[in-house]
Amino acid sequence: MPDDMNQIKGGVHQAVAHDSAARHVSGSAIYVDDIPEPRDLLHAYMGMSDRAHARIKKLDLSEVEAAPGVVSVLSARDIVGENDISPAHTKDEPVFAAEVTEFVGQPLFVVGAETRDQARRAARLAKVDYAELPAITDLDAALAKKATVAPPQELKRGNAAAAIEAAPHRLSGRIRTGGQEHFYLEGQIAMALPGEGDEMRVFSSTQHPSEVQQSVARVLGLADNMVTVETRRMGGAFGGKESQPSLFATVAAMVARDAGRPAKIRPDRDDDMIMTGKRHDFIIDYEVGFDNAGRILGVDYKLASNCGYSADLSAAINGRALFHLDNCYYLPAARMKALPLKTNRPSNTAFRGFGGPQGMAAGERVIDEIAFALGLDPLEVRKRNLYGVGERNETPYGQIVEDNVIPEIIGELEKSADYAARRREIAGFNEKSPYLKKGIALTPVKFGIAFTARHLNQAGALVHVYTDGSIHLNHGGTEMGQGLMTKVAQVVAEEFQVDLEHVVVSAARTDKVPNTSPTAASSGSDLNGKAAQLAARQIKDRLTAFAAEHYEVSADSIEFLPNRVRVGNQEIPFPDLVQQAYMARISLSAAGFYKTPKIHFDFETGQGRPFFYYAYGAAVSEVTIDTLTGEYRVDRVDILHDVGRSLNPALDLGQIEGGFIQGMGWVTSEELVWSDDGRLLTHAPSTYKIPTCGDRPRDFRINLLEGAANREDTIYASKAVGEPPLMLALSVLHALSDAVASVGRHKTCPRLDLPATPEVILAAVARVRGEAQDD
Amino acid sequence: MAINVSLSVNGQAVSRDVQPNRLLVDFLREELGLTGTHVGCDTSQCGACTIHLDGLPVKSCTMLVVQADGARITTIEGLAPDGDGGDLHPMQEAFRQNHGLQCGFCTPGMVMAGIGIAQRHGLPSNDVIRAELDGNFCRCTGYHNIVKSIAAGAKAMAMTGAKTVAETGGE
Repeated sequence: MPDDMNQIKGGVHQAVAHDSAARHVSGSAIYVDDIPEPRDLLHAYMGMSDRAHARIKKLDLSEVEAAPGVVSVLSARDIVGENDISPAHTKDEPVFAAEVTEFVGQPLFVVGAETRDQARRAARLAKVDYAELPAITDLDAALAKKATVAPPQELKRGNAAAAIEAAPHRLSGRIRTGGQEHFYLEGQIAMALPGEGDEMRVFSSTQHPSEVQQSVARVLGLADNMVTVETRRMGGAFGGKESQPSLFATVAAMVARDAGRPAKIRPDRDDDMIMTGKRHDFIIDYEVGFDNAGRILGVDYKLASNCGYSADLSAAINGRALFHLDNCYYLPAARMKALPLKTNRPSNTAFRGFGGPQGMAAGERVIDEIAFALGLDPLEVRKRNLYGVGERNETPYGQIVEDNVIPEIIGELEKSADYAARRREIAGFNEKSPYLKKGIALTPVKFGIAFTARHLNQAGALVHVYTDGSIHLNHGGTEMGQGLMTKVAQVVAEEFQVDLEHVVVSAARTDKVPNTSPTAASSGSDLNGKAAQLAARQIKDRLTAFAAEHYEVSADSIEFLPNRVRVGNQEIPFPDLVQQAYMARISLSAAGFYKTPKIHFDFETGQGRPFFYYAYGAAVSEVTIDTLTGEYRVDRVDILHDVGRSLNPALDLGQIEGGFIQGMGWVTSEELVWSDDGRLLTHAPSTYKIPTCGDRPRDFRINLLEGAANREDTIYASKAVGEPPLMLALSVLHALSDAVASVGRHKTCPRLDLPATPEVILAAVARVRGEAQDD
Repeated sequence: MAINVSLSVNGQAVSRDVQPNRLLVDFLREELGLTGTHVGCDTSQCGACTIHLDGLPVKSCTMLVVQADGARITTIEGLAPDGDGGDLHPMQEAFRQNHGLQCGFCTPGMVMAGIGIAQRHGLPSNDVIRAELDGNFCRCTGYHNIVKSIAAGAKAMAMTGAKTVAETGGE
């Protein structure tokens, strides 16, 4: 039997290449900026505020209007609908500042001109008369001021204060985690094309086409059904295109509507970095009580996050930070408070992990502190505090950890990475090496999967089977490089038992699948895979019923085999059966709809089951630091990660590796620097350092946890993989901490803040060495 | 005050009047429709705009068209003239087979840089690739599969003696 009769090519669990791979390597994949430009296209550019906080006394745009090539100049007063693009409908995020500007880089107006160069030059000609107002330009100032963009949140379990008070040991401290620029390689971009009447079609590089649709409609004063948004692919997003694209799409649509001509906007990279939100920086204060064995008895966390000038998604991000303070550890008593603080900065936003990494960084710091206080190996303290199986398994928010595989992961990884022997070797190395010091650490990850905003846990998909047997698939998810289109197509190929090449996925479009959720929260394949499966199964059921009737056999005797269907005693090629069904007037198109079961959460009591399941992983990192300069390198990383039964191991490994390196950037080199008057000073890759090829670990070993089918009913028993691996990079931070601690004979916890740049390491070496000498 | 430039792009002779401040990448993308060359950072750091100029990889976002007058340029589209339906250059094929991409935005620049590395170093070690690739950013992959792709591509190039269209003069 030929191979394609035994097993389809490209079904689920197969390591097939990204569906656009051939196009990417040949330069023929189309991003928004590559779409052939329509006739009469205008280029838009925005004029920005130069003050962190000021009253706009006068906005004189006369020179902008008179500049060469300028066709359209629009500011707040020209908005026909609402001057609001706040994603959570908090009405605190205008398209253009009208009376008060709240951050450096806030849009004041848009200019549409014949060329991009003309638009950029004209956008600089505005004369703005500002009356300066007091500005809060960093998190410390915000913490002193306590102005918030959303209500404070709290999670509680038991009486933490009493538990800490009664504990044999107590300690407290503070950790700072820095912000992070997304640095999607393709910057923000949108192109709007006016259609008949009020119609507006928008090509947007967005994770959330439906939100862009709603924003454009709201600002233009149109019904949603007048606006269609299309997203074929993004050149990276990482959360930075969840809410941020609305601005660019909206101003392009405003120019297009005003001029009656298509309009495109692509900000320069520096302006993109200045205008858009980033990962929230946090200050987290902790107090913990623990026993002689290092077990946590009670803990108190106070989180302060820098949300920027508006709410954006900050409420949910603060929530997820709280949900991940526990990480893999059982907290018998806990009090956790989050303060979403307002600053005069761009509004911070979603970034891979969505608050989870910040919470987890604090949780791991507490473990480290306990280890130093008791003179134990941090890994031993980690193991003693892990959630149990069947006991010690309730989270501070009331969800039972039912699928705990972390003891197994840590056990396997400890062995495969040879943790104990290497730890001894490193101790020996550090004894003999006066200036170079090594460190090693193992840190685990448990990440909750589901949108904590329950309504977002839904998805739709559309499947058409054409009469030649080829299949067209569309769903609400967007492609940003993660391979979602490939995975969902694999699901459909598997359902129909046809080779993957017969399934084509088209761009996400709001007129094909409506009211979609953002492709975020790692949930893309969980949600859209299920929706597509449900769509495919409807058609399959119709084909089965048709075949049973047509061939007068029982439905039980019909089976979808690779590229053919067994009907009683005969086998019919899939396209032939489809053609017969069409002739018999069977519908060959279906819409599938999925909503995640089991999840619920009461925000009043802080109790419930916000997550459908958890994804787990652990990493061992080894580093070498130069104690004379603070410089370091990552020598080796071993990862064991749980993706359930992988839908596509090649894509999943890519997510783990890429997520880890991005997380490594967050914990090591990516440092955002702001001036006292609220200006971003690191607004280009010349000053903002994302990991490059030379930064990746010298020795990098990644494995997927074997035999780890998801206990919950997810798509082919797989697990989400987008965000969880980012937090594996905390192992690098703790390895650095271990290396620094060696200069003080492991007596002092180095308390490294993030990012642990060479400057931070050098300062920590001096501090730890100093404290050791004081002893 | 347009200036006339004549150059060879992917084996084709091109002669145009251009403004003196016209960037090479904009010329390639907007006038010649070669949109496989991407603009990432605008300041020649990310390498998404990497092309070959007289056989060497250069970043086209900070080069003027007039500087390329008389030059021989190869873009990502010139490696496999038949597009994604036809034969791929061994380096392109290596990226495809080794999953050396995710969002794909950096990929054309990576492929062009990878060919340059192979041409300079023959069979480069992983350390050489890591060092040479410092001027090309990828934000998705973590570089592992990119390094693997370049090593595999270099090997395949050595075996086939692959040349780009521009090097063969389009023959």
